[in-house]
This record gives sequence, structure tokens and C-alpha cells, in this order.
Amino acid sequence: MFDSYNENTLQYYPEKCINCLMCTQVCPHGVFTGGGEHVELKRPSSCMECGACAMNCPVQAIEVQSGVGCAWAMIRAALRGKDMDSADCCCNGDSC
Amino acid sequence: MDNKDTGSCCQPDSKADTDQFIRMIDLNRNSHAPVIRETTSTISFRDRSDHFLARLGVNRMGHIVEPGIYRLGNPDADSPVFVSANYTLSFDALRSSLAGIDCYILVIDTKGINVWCAAGKGTFGTAEIVYRIRWSGLSDIIKHRNIILPQLSAPGVSAHEVRRLSGFNVEYGPVRARDLPEYLKTHTATPEMRRVRFTFRERLVLTPIELTHIVLPTLIAALILYLLAGPFAAFIAILIAFTGAVLFPVLYPFIPTQDFSTKGLILGAIVTIPFAATIAAGSELLLWERIVAVLTTFLLTASVTAYLALNFTGCTTHTSRTGVKKEIFRYVPLMALMAVTGMLLLIILGITRLMEVI
Ligand code: SF4
Ligand code: SF4
Repeated sequence: MFDSYNENTLQYYPEKCINCLMCTQVCPHGVFTGGGEHVELKRPSSCMECGACAMNCPVQAIEVQSGVGCAWAMIRAALRGKDMDSADCCCNGDSC
Repeated sequence: MDNKDTGSCCQPDSKADTDQFIRMIDLNRNSHAPVIRETTSTISFRDRSDHFLARLGVNRMGHIVEPGIYRLGNPDADSPVFVSANYTLSFDALRSSLAGIDCYILVIDTKGINVWCAAGKGTFGTAEIVYRIRWSGLSDIIKHRNIILPQLSAPGVSAHEVRRLSGFNVEYGPVRARDLPEYLKTHTATPEMRRVRFTFRERLVLTPIELTHIVLPTLIAALILYLLAGPFAAFIAILIAFTGAVLFPVLYPFIPTQDFSTKGLILGAIVTIPFAATIAAGSELLLWERIVAVLTTFLLTASVTAYLALNFTGCTTHTSRTGVKKEIFRYVPLMALMAVTGMLLLIILGITRLMEVI
């Protein structure tokens, strides 16, 4: 069966990493883990492209095209002839 | 400009930077710091009814806390400072978790939106935090230079930028406010505290709002189906709505495929089974009519459930935009095809029945 979620836009450049561990603290899906000299990209396919790691990496060792994975907003944007990536939405989720 | 961290006890040397920054984003510099408000960690009956309404989506924008500094317990100049969104559910989750802890809560203006969504939109962001730190005169109230943010605000906030612009150190607390007392013992979070889980209860809590979204379309569909094909078909429409809005959110992790669309198709097909059996056993229809009726039920139920399932991706906390986009291109044409075929069959069925009556 297809898995649409095994690829994403997360890019990690370990040679830039200064091992501050910020990404391991902000990632809600444990994508990065502390390694030896730099962090390891442990579970790349769990990334939801929230952008937290890239926002908080002080040396731009991480790049990701962040956005909300919301089909409803994307379909609506597409129907209105707008760019699907411009869509943003949120349910009333109160995760915090 | 070179901005080193000057340590927590010294005056940050980035004041000029902050001034420039505030001018740049054109904030009203005449509005002066508000009084420090009092709050408690008790959740009253009124708070609870407010939470209930907020979850139902009633008065979406009315569940707002006034931005500013709040005092919880008896904090002093060394007490911790927590930053919160000005959505009542976020603020109340925070203060109720801090029972017995003397601290300050800095409520920033996220336009009444919860932490996670506001961070995604950028309203719970670097600029707002830097501004609120200055506006509230936080540096005169406390001696240290540390603020604790909810981890889920990280997509909107750049910790090193906040430090550069305000001199304040950002510390990301755990995902869930209720882990805060444990977190505060060492100021480190366990991997478990850092992970977002989408639990059974959290999924269940979302179902009322899912239902309110689709009440109107469902009633219209039920009415049309009632006129076309009788009460049985109308009942199926209501069942589809219930499947998409309640059963799916609660059950989807147990459906063995990865994609939401295929999960929806499978669930839709399963709920069709009892109806298909009922129709097949019914004797008032001809054989071909029964076959078409079963097919129609399956096509409509599965496609609509799959569509509702796909739309649920926005409420989850683990679907990437890349993945959702792939799903849309992969499955929406199929859903549309199924739905159109189903509708055509339904109309054919309705017409033949009408002819028979005449
Ligand atoms: S984008 Fe979000 S989910 Fe993906 S690795 Fe970064 S922090 Fe984790
Ligand atoms: S935030 Fe950047 S520098 Fe820090 S550990 Fe992660 S990748 Fe390395």
C-alpha cells in the first residue's frame, strides 16, 4: 500500500552542526537524537515539517519547508486557484 | 552587531537592538506596561463551561485572556517566568498545572489562538515575545533572564533571535503543561515529555467540533436522499457523517494503512457491510436493483468517509504538508470518481422506482 508520508522536505547538514542539541529539544517527533560530535537524523520519515528545528538551529544546519499539513485548507486554496502551499488552517486542537 | 550572551545577571547589551527592532515593527511605544494581574491555579465552574464552549467551537474568538503579566502564588525576583498564549484553554492548562509554584505568567497576544496553531501562523513568534518582554517591563520585575516557553511554540519562535533582541534566554518546557512540575525539578525534559502524542482522549475531544462542521451538509444530503430513495438512504447519510466525524478520528490509528485516504476507504467499506446485507436480504427489490443499491451505498459511503478522513489531517499532529499534498493528488480524483458514479447509480435507481410506482 502507498505511504505518502515516507518523504518530506527536511534537510540536515551535519558538517555545520555545533551540537547545541536545540533541535532535539524542540522536535515533537524525536526526529533528531544526540550523537557524538553532532546530532543524528534518527527518524526522518516521522518529520511533520513543523519547522521548529530549523527555526531554532543557530547555524542553519537544518532546512525544511514548513507548513501545515491540512488537506481541507489545501483543497480550498487549490479550488480558488491559489497556491496550495499558501494555505494555513487549524482545527480547534488544544494540544497545549 | 556582535551580540554575545552576557550571562543571566548582567544587563543585556542588546537594548539598542531591541529599540530598533520595536521601531521597525512599528509598535505603539506610548502604550505603557499594564498592572500585574493576579491569577490562581484553580479552575472554576465558569472556566469549565468556557472550555466546553471553546471545544464546541462556540464563539471561537471569545475565549481570550488579556495579555500581560500574571502573578501566581507569591513570586519574587527569582521566580520562574512562563510564557502563554492568550487562549483560555492554553492559559488555564498552564496555570492549573502550576499549583503550588510561585511564578509569573507572561501572556502574549496570539489573537485567542492556542500555542501550536499560533506558532504555525507566527503569532506566537519571536517578534511578539520580544515586544511583550519590553512592554511588560519584565526585566524590572525579575532578576534572572530566563523565560520558559511551551515546546509547541518552537515552530514560531527562534530562541537565539529572542536572546539577541531581548537579552532573555528561552527555555523550552515540555509539550504538556501537566509535566511542568516534574520538569521544573531539573529543568530538563525526558524524551517522553518532548514527544507529541495524539491520544485516544485528545482525539475524542476533537469530535464535537468535527460534528458541528458537517451538521448542515449532512442534513441537506439526508433530505435529498430521503426524497430520492427513502428513509433508509437518509439514515445512511447520517451514518456516514457519524463515521467520518466520530468513528474515524477515534479509530484511525488502528486501521493498518499509512495514508488517511485509504484508512477512510477501508472504514467506509466496513460500515457499509450491515447495510449491504440488509439491502441484499430485502425482497421488495429486483435482483439487479439490489446489486446497484449495494454498489451505490458502498461507493458513496467509502468516498465520503475517505474525504472526511483526508480532511482530518489538519487536526492531527503528525502529518507533513508534503505527505498530505501527495495524498490529495493520489486519492481525490478516485474519491470524486466514486462519488459521481455513486450519485449516477442512485439517480438511475430513483428514476426506475418512480417509474414502477407510476
Ligand atoms: S520540522 Fe518539526 S517534526 Fe520535522 S524534524 Fe524539525 S522539529 Fe521535528
Ligand atoms: S540545532 Fe543545529 S547546531 Fe544545534 S544540534 Fe541541532 S543541528 Fe546541530
